[in-house]
Amino acid sequence: MIAVMLALGLMVADHRFHHLDVARSTVEVVMYPMQYAASLPAQWVRSAQGQLDHENQLRRTNDDLQHENLVLKGRLQQFESLRAENMRLRDLLGSSFDVGERVLIAEILSIDLDPYRQQVIINKGTNSGVFVGQPVLDAQAVMGQVIRTNALSSTVLLITDANHALPVEDNRNGLRTIAAGKGPSQELELLYIPKNADIRVGDLMVTSGMDERFPPGYPVARVKTVRQDPDNPFTTVIAEPTARLDRSREVLLVWSLNLNSDSPATPPALAADAVAPAPAGNH
Amino acid sequence: MNSQQAMRWMISISLIVALFLTIVPLPPDWDDWRPQWVTLLLIFWCLTLPERIGVFWGFGMGLMLDMFTSGLLGQQALSLSLVAYVTITLHARVRLFPRWQQSFFVWMLLLAERLLTLWILGATGQPMPTLTYWLPTLVGLMLWPWFSRSLSWLGQHTGAL
Repeated sequence: MIAVMLALGLMVADHRFHHLDVARSTVEVVMYPMQYAASLPAQWVRSAQGQLDHENQLRRTNDDLQHENLVLKGRLQQFESLRAENMRLRDLLGSSFDVGERVLIAEILSIDLDPYRQQVIINKGTNSGVFVGQPVLDAQAVMGQVIRTNALSSTVLLITDANHALPVEDNRNGLRTIAAGKGPSQELELLYIPKNADIRVGDLMVTSGMDERFPPGYPVARVKTVRQDPDNPFTTVIAEPTARLDRSREVLLVWSLNLNSDSPATPPALAADAVAPAPAGNH
Repeated sequence: MNSQQAMRWMISISLIVALFLTIVPLPPDWDDWRPQWVTLLLIFWCLTLPERIGVFWGFGMGLMLDMFTSGLLGQQALSLSLVAYVTITLHARVRLFPRWQQSFFVWMLLLAERLLTLWILGATGQPMPTLTYWLPTLVGLMLWPWFSRSLSWLGQHTGAL
């Protein structure tokens, strides 16, 4: 009886009030070595696979990567000049702009957590300057945000979790909406889109930055189906995340550097292992 | 090492192994079939040592499991406490059952554990999982005779039981 009461109390405290976050992160520091140990078998399998890879295959991968690198570098040349031009134009308009972001690469622990919540654990914590609410990206798109940190590791809530939603806009016409997670189905639902709104299958949704949490302009999802349900006052729009939520091994933690408002202080650890701008295609 | 110490060691080591098995990554196709290791272990210990392992052990194990899988704190603690309570209450009768009959008792407990977790998922606004949600209980049902036999064999050989 007492145990049941205690458990219920704990759940309410954890779910509603987040009173236990401090206690949790303390215990999670202790848990981390065990979780790390549990992720080792998968790492061994991967490294064994790497050693068994055929030489030809490695060469081919290498060629592909070099090719991709060349293409990306080519695009980047333009990007620099475009950015400078964009900044000049924004200056003329007198509007503010985030000058950029700093990112840090973290690795996802290969362990299976509670399968009915979309969370992952990464191997960077407050020692590396990670903070609660920090955006997490992969090479393609937004993955989620940090919901708990301790000294050594952090828990990331993915955008597909049923308790996660983020403001996005249509990259084609700037239509603003909210992308809410739908749980294990790996889909997002775009909320409150009027019946007559201009949204089509294949539209790319990017972060709008209105939450002041995710930096604007990062891809989030691509519209998969648009349906008009007679019993729903809004259009039912389902989108598929462009991030490889179930396959990425490395993620990028982002610090926004904002000139106009005082930004979250760049942690000292960043100087050592930060890279900017975001490297793409590191798989 | 006397048998008290051996028993304590065995309980903690088996618990750690069960926690490991719960989060060790499996190929995605097998993931739905992962048995509820910690629940199985708790039922085993409650049946074997009902005078030592009780409801609060279930509570503690559940809490560790919640931490480990970064679920909602207390969700497994609740279901495992109830599982421990039922097992302790009925242990005298169940221990006399033949193994296959015991398996079905265990299956009921595994189902109850899943059902409680389902309620909690629903209450915290998670979407309803698919039918594969119940697969682990079937695996547990198949696994139980071997599981309990090998654990008691281990216990006898290390002098813990």
